[in-house]
Amino acid sequence: MSALTFTLKVALHQRLDVSSLIFDHLKDLDMAAMRTMKLPLGNRSIALQEIFSLEGHDPSEIVFRGNTQKLDKMGKGMTAGLIRVEGDAGSYLGMHMKGGEIRVKGSIDAYGACEMRNGLILIEGHAGDFLGAALPGNKKGMAGGIVHVKGNVGSRAGDHMRRGALVIDGDAGDYLGARMTAGTIVVLGQTGRYLGYAMGRGTLLLAKRPQEILPTFQDCGTHTLGFIPLLLKSFAGLESPLSRMSQVFNRVHRHAGDTCALGKGEILIAAG
Amino acid sequence: MIKNGVTIDQTFAEAFPMRATRIIITAQNAKWALIAATAMTGFATSVIACGCEAGIEREMAPEETPDGRPGVAVLLFAMGGKTLAKQVETRAGQCVLTAPTTALFSGLHDGDPIALGKNLRFFGDGYQISKKIGGRRYWRVPVMDGEFLTEETTGMVSAIGGGNFLILAESQTQALAACEAAIEAMRKIPHVIMPFPGGVVRSGSKVGSKYKALHASTNDAFCPTLKGQTQTELSPEIASVMEIVIDGLTQEDIQKAMRVGIEAVCALGAPAGIRRISAGNYGGKLGPFLFHLQEIMA
Repeated sequence: MSALTFTLKVALHQRLDVSSLIFDHLKDLDMAAMRTMKLPLGNRSIALQEIFSLEGHDPSEIVFRGNTQKLDKMGKGMTAGLIRVEGDAGSYLGMHMKGGEIRVKGSIDAYGACEMRNGLILIEGHAGDFLGAALPGNKKGMAGGIVHVKGNVGSRAGDHMRRGALVIDGDAGDYLGARMTAGTIVVLGQTGRYLGYAMGRGTLLLAKRPQEILPTFQDCGTHTLGFIPLLLKSFAGLESPLSRMSQVFNRVHRHAGDTCALGKGEILIAAG
Repeated sequence: MIKNGVTIDQTFAEAFPMRATRIIITAQNAKWALIAATAMTGFATSVIACGCEAGIEREMAPEETPDGRPGVAVLLFAMGGKTLAKQVETRAGQCVLTAPTTALFSGLHDGDPIALGKNLRFFGDGYQISKKIGGRRYWRVPVMDGEFLTEETTGMVSAIGGGNFLILAESQTQALAACEAAIEAMRKIPHVIMPFPGGVVRSGSKVGSKYKALHASTNDAFCPTLKGQTQTELSPEIASVMEIVIDGLTQEDIQKAMRVGIEAVCALGAPAGIRRISAGNYGGKLGPFLFHLQEIMA
């Protein structure tokens, strides 16, 4: 069976919520039911067939085609299957995701992978603010899975993150890993200001020395840490330069903090 | 059955069910991985008095280990799950955590999970760090040489202990030489250990004793110095008997090990003074697994 493909046939002026277009919901629907299902568009709802043309039958592989940058909540709560986005995606991509895989050819807006539980998200472009974070007002961010961004990410990536890993090949904005409870964030490019602000636990693994480190982080010296080879090996399946950087991370400079919070987090800076 | 002048008795070895786990110890180099593994498997020859039976399964190349460093795979066997869990934890804490540069990983992910570093982490006094990598939880425990990395749990499976065979020779020297040849061949078989010193037992036992406090005593029927005093199993030309005991994860593993071991002994054969191969057969008192020598060698 060929992939179930949704091609946008109109230019969207408002945000479209496509959270229902996941394997878990579509597996039991026939094509007629799919075409007539309602999707929230702005403050109203609209039949799917008025916006998308449909091809293919296999809901375990879903493809979004066209000017998809205003499609929000792609893969929300999905537990299985593959979603491929051939262009950009909107906000809340992979929100509450519990399994499966999302591949985005372009970039995504804010709150990607927010409160994600498990699965894999691959972004070939950039990601907006609050990647892997908690929703506004919530205190539990991403709690599992892996997100790989080949480009840059906005501010507050990993805010309130609890478990799982963000792998960022490009640069990260301000407040990276702020208020982290646990988990791992790897950044191969530059990082912004207020790195690890108020982080309680967790690891920020950086290939480049940041411009500044908060005074509430304590210098613990340079070390060889046994878990890093294991960590890098776990990312071997990603198309990231990280998997070839074991020598770079052979030695890391460890800063423990943030002592204004629990203080058991760490910033590890490559010193190999 | 006779092979190269060696008679293989029509008898069987009796073995019993055990619980087992496999762990991997890595270190900066093979020397320190082996030191830690040797310490961890020390005083673990028999469950009768040691609590568990343990041994080195094999050395591992860096590309085979989880952290890409030289390693050693260790197998531990006990009569029950609780005993095994206690032994693993105690030995890991005293022999691996303490050994410079080592890390500790599960070598078996099947079966029921038992603690590996789950409680050792508290040695970190609050500075320990948890990392969940590839679905498995690890603990980073700060120690004076850096960090001790340990997987949280290891898998415990049902296994078999007490597979064995006896080598009957014309002299002590010849019996030992045959045992050494057998052990060298058997160490290449995965998932088995020969837990006694150097893999060889010279004090094979029978079930029971004239002394009420003892559950086992010397196997007098195979003691050459008692030939005239007891109902002996030995013919006049036999002057020394040694035993090889095998613990394995499955019946097939033990059979394979017994086969290569007996083949190595038979390769030396009668010209090297080896006369018979027999097995510890205690009339069904010991355990439900029977390893028939002639079937294994057929």
